Amino acid sequence: MRSVIPILTVVAAILVVWYGASVWMNSQWTLDQAARNNQTVTFSQILTDTMAQKRPKLPAPHQVAEGLWQGVFGQAITSKRSLVYHAWVTLSATLLGFAIGTGLGVLLAVGIVHNRAMDMSVMPWAIASQTIPILAIAPMVIVVMASVGITGLLPKSIISAYLSFFPVVVGMVKGFRSPDGMQLDLLKTYSASRSQTFWKLRFPASMPYFFTSLKIAAAAALVGAIVGEMPTGAVAGLGARLLSGSYYGQTVMIWAALFMAAIVAAVLVGAIGALQAVTLRRMGMRQ
Amino acid sequence: MKDTASPAQTVIEARNLGLTFSTNDGPVHALKDVNLTIEKGDFVSFIGPSGCGKTTFLRAIAALEHPTEGTLSVNGMTPDEARKSRAYGYVFQAAGLYPWRTIAGNIRLPLEIMGFDRAEQVRRVEEVLDLVDLGGFGKKFPWQLSGGMQQRASIARALAFDAEILLMDEPFGALDEIVRDRLNEELLKLWARTGKTIGFVTHSIPEAVYLSTRIVVMSPRPGRITDVIESPLPKDRPLDIRDSSAFIEVAHRVRDGLRAGHSYD
Repeated sequence: MRSVIPILTVVAAILVVWYGASVWMNSQWTLDQAARNNQTVTFSQILTDTMAQKRPKLPAPHQVAEGLWQGVFGQAITSKRSLVYHAWVTLSATLLGFAIGTGLGVLLAVGIVHNRAMDMSVMPWAIASQTIPILAIAPMVIVVMASVGITGLLPKSIISAYLSFFPVVVGMVKGFRSPDGMQLDLLKTYSASRSQTFWKLRFPASMPYFFTSLKIAAAAALVGAIVGEMPTGAVAGLGARLLSGSYYGQTVMIWAALFMAAIVAAVLVGAIGALQAVTLRRMGMRQ
Repeated sequence: MKDTASPAQTVIEARNLGLTFSTNDGPVHALKDVNLTIEKGDFVSFIGPSGCGKTTFLRAIAALEHPTEGTLSVNGMTPDEARKSRAYGYVFQAAGLYPWRTIAGNIRLPLEIMGFDRAEQVRRVEEVLDLVDLGGFGKKFPWQLSGGMQQRASIARALAFDAEILLMDEPFGALDEIVRDRLNEELLKLWARTGKTIGFVTHSIPEAVYLSTRIVVMSPRPGRITDVIESPLPKDRPLDIRDSSAFIEVAHRVRDGLRAGHSYD
């Protein structure tokens, strides 16, 4: 109960600022319209008008909520206007990309920890890969893959994986190296092999790092999938929804899609958090 | 009780042993001209100030460090061979139990690595848990146990695979004195029951004198042995033996050895 009050306070503060900004940003249009018709408007007229414009600069919270509600519950989920449909398109690419990225990240981390050449060479490339703006790469990935006949889910997933492998590499290298010298010496006194050291010590020791990396990777994968939908003029997915919203000045649509993306991200991270809690408790690492 | 019939048998032998670490600040002589023979069933303590090489010597016996001069043999083999033949169990300063394994799971760790079969693992875990008085605690996780109990579990882990030598590197250094006294008493009982050869590194003079049949006094820069003291104390040692004059005399000699080896330059 005690944690609810601060959260509600923050939410209330955001709503107040948001409504204020809506009035302020949308009032220009109201005033222009009135000037064109040689009318004067009172403050209360401005207030009501800014709350209910068709294409507001900044839609008011209740407009976004309504757009979200309409998008989720107002149509059949198979409809092209359903946010559930678009979210699913994006989510499927996200999940595939997340799986590829996580797998790749873990493999690279295993290599870095066990092979000196990889240790010296991989990390700089991994870091360099993240300094390249994803927006610059995404169209190339899509175009190149389309030219060899691969379209649909996979190109978007590759972009997702491109963003999500990095936190996993960094986190898992740290996790695999988290056992201290004493713990490694102990296994040495048993003449343990490298694979035994990995499975008995490094792997279980890396679990807390693993889940933390996964949370970051999941959010990055979602961003990747959305970005992957933008440059291609894709017709489905949250990214496509954002794009068409901006083409047609449908700000409510953009904001509704943004919130949908946030909800999807929250669900993903929440699911990983639950998995983390269960796993670590099973491992006896939660007290 | 033991060793009355059989002649003394050399377990660890160091001849002119030297070990030099090369660091960025130049070579560091961790050990120099160390000569020592440890016989089967001995309880040998290594005592000296920080940097005297006592831990390095123990680690060299365990093949965790490699000497740069002289010879070192364990059970008549090189330390590396001895390790592969499971000659010793090593107890570190911290218990170092894996938090994701139960106490039984931690003790099973060396047995899994060494390929004991399942039934044998269970049998041995039960056996050594009883040996260190932790019977019934097998299913607990490490954080559910006190520091002293954790260190006992780590001793059980070192005993699980029947190594004849037990190497202990300041195992009770992090524990308070009350717990430490109890564990010292229990360690002596364990030693009497199992007849292991024990190498024990410590900072504490009373601990060294109370536990050992022989006390090796070391001094730093370069790490070397300044005195080896044969303890005149009987094998059966109640805690209050520490008030006896024999005990105080030995402690005095250890202190003298430490002072002699330590030049304040």
